[in-house]
Amino acid sequence: MPKWKVGAMPRRVTGAMPRGIIGAAVAVVGAVLLYVGLVPAGSAPILVQVGVVVLALGVTGKGLQLIGRALWGPTFDLGLVLSIGWLSALIAAAALADVLPLGNARDTTLTIGVPGYQTPDLFSAHPLGTNGFGLDLLARCIYGARVSLLTVAVTVVVSLVIGGAIGIVAGYFRRWVDIAIGIVAEATLVIPALVLLIAFAAVLGSPTTVFEAVWKNSLALAVVGIPTMIRLARANTMVHAQRGFVLASRALGARHVRVLLREVLPNVALPMLSYAFIVAAVLIVAEGSLAFLGLGLQQPEPSWGNMIAEGGLTELRRHPHVALVPGVFMFLTVFSLNIIGEWARARWDAREAKI
Amino acid sequence: MLRMVATRLALLVPVLLLVSIGTFVLLQLGPGDPTVAVLGETGTIEDYARVRAEMGLDDPPVQRYLKWLGGVLQGDLGRNLVPPIENVSDRLMRAFPVNVELAALAIAMALVIAIPLAMWSAYHAGGRVDRIITAGTVGLISVPPFLLGLVLLLVFAINWRIFPLGQWARPTEAGWAENLQHAFLPALTLALAEAPVFVRLLRNDLVATLREDFILAARAKGMPTWHIMLREALRPSSFSLITLAGVSAGRLLGGTILVEAIFVLPGIGSVIINGARNNDFKLVQGGVLLVAAVYLLINLIVDVLYGYLDPRVRRRHA
Repeated sequence: MPKWKVGAMPRRVTGAMPRGIIGAAVAVVGAVLLYVGLVPAGSAPILVQVGVVVLALGVTGKGLQLIGRALWGPTFDLGLVLSIGWLSALIAAAALADVLPLGNARDTTLTIGVPGYQTPDLFSAHPLGTNGFGLDLLARCIYGARVSLLTVAVTVVVSLVIGGAIGIVAGYFRRWVDIAIGIVAEATLVIPALVLLIAFAAVLGSPTTVFEAVWKNSLALAVVGIPTMIRLARANTMVHAQRGFVLASRALGARHVRVLLREVLPNVALPMLSYAFIVAAVLIVAEGSLAFLGLGLQQPEPSWGNMIAEGGLTELRRHPHVALVPGVFMFLTVFSLNIIGEWARARWDAREAKI
Repeated sequence: MLRMVATRLALLVPVLLLVSIGTFVLLQLGPGDPTVAVLGETGTIEDYARVRAEMGLDDPPVQRYLKWLGGVLQGDLGRNLVPPIENVSDRLMRAFPVNVELAALAIAMALVIAIPLAMWSAYHAGGRVDRIITAGTVGLISVPPFLLGLVLLLVFAINWRIFPLGQWARPTEAGWAENLQHAFLPALTLALAEAPVFVRLLRNDLVATLREDFILAARAKGMPTWHIMLREALRPSSFSLITLAGVSAGRLLGGTILVEAIFVLPGIGSVIINGARNNDFKLVQGGVLLVAAVYLLINLIVDVLYGYLDPRVRRRHA
């Protein structure tokens, strides 16, 4: 429901079309500004350029917001739409990477003629530039997305199923089951997550293929993901386990298994799913951290983490884009997941919605 | 109260025991061997066997674990395996001050950033300022910490040369001024990761407090806005923030591996990582145990303090 503040009320009631047209005009101005900001024709200092780009993004966003509101009403949420758009585009690109006309992502023998460290230029053969070996950064980011997205998807599903099951049982039965599970979950959560990840990654060995990276990293990340999900499931179960319909079901003679599956699970599943997005955002960073520390997928196979590490301190001085380009990919993905997660949580979490 | 503290302290023991067993088992499963780190890959078979025996690695694992545990119970973490060999506790105590300083600075910075923003945001709840700050916090939460560290280095150390490019300076050797210069960027990286969470928590609590009757009463008495925000609203809204800040401090004391890696700092994180790289079991076990114990103890202290600070809490949740 739209909340109107007195000050925010439009003074003159304008029709849908005029506001949409104003929005379009603002968006065009923003796009032009963005072009000016991105094309490094004028060798303005980096800060000016960044300022112009930020301003341009703000203006474009405002314009798109106006268009969206005019078309779909005041509940239109630009951030959410853009987030879903970015994730869909990324997933599609990662899935279709083999058939897309991308540059060379990993074979350094073919790039001897290609100059390394090309800076990003959207209207060239390498829109996001190249790294030190002349490999195309756009292609590497998209292939890197495969590793990140697959790993995180596998981890989230595994954590949801295993952690969810354990957490529901703990929250429902309480007493010693709860205490025992609580001690184990707490013991995993008091070790810094990264230490745990590193220990697991060291035990499993460094992966060299995408497939290996996915299962090894998922296994390590699940060790952090499962206790988190146990906690969430337990807390959500405790809210529902004391409600009337559960008691009614028990009073009618339903067994614990039936109560858990038919009464508790459907109520816990939705909030858990909405948390899954936020957990996924955290896991993307965790996966990147592992690769950044050199324990994830090994070069020359690309992953976001190892690409950022590749552009680390020594390269940062002269070629900052090598680290920043994959960094922006990672940031946008995490940001999108957080936005979607916030939205889903506000909608579906019983404790937030105050049923 | 005392009973609650005693129970919590008693519960620490099984958790720490599990942590140490888990670390030990995990390290045993690993493919590496500390003898390789000592001899390199060129030693003879007899050399490897001799070094293994000297390290006590020929004993069965259970016996080795119990021996280590016996030492720990007497306050002795043993000596590490790979040169430079010294007491593990000495090594940890040399690294720990780095983390203490970083954690303290980071929490202080995060609070300095977060409290004014949260108050500004809460005062205009629902307004433009509020929405911009909320969007900003989501954005800042989404920046991977290692990226944040690199960007800060790029801007402040490479472009503007205000701060040194990584490394650490011990206050005892280089003096406090230089030490703080080296600590600033890593602490800021940590603070910028914590601050958004602080902002959101304090903002929500403040918004709830500002709806209370005593705020209305203060308004009716004609109190100025700054008085209401600072003297009336902040204190009752700050309890969950204090809890969170405590928990964050506990986590930062052990969990700064990435920042230590980016800025090349000699903290606990790099001790543990180096130990893991060389398969120096005792170093890793000692480090993890210290980190876990500090984290649990700080959590306990925070919980106890919380009860003292706000007696209403106990009744409200009862």
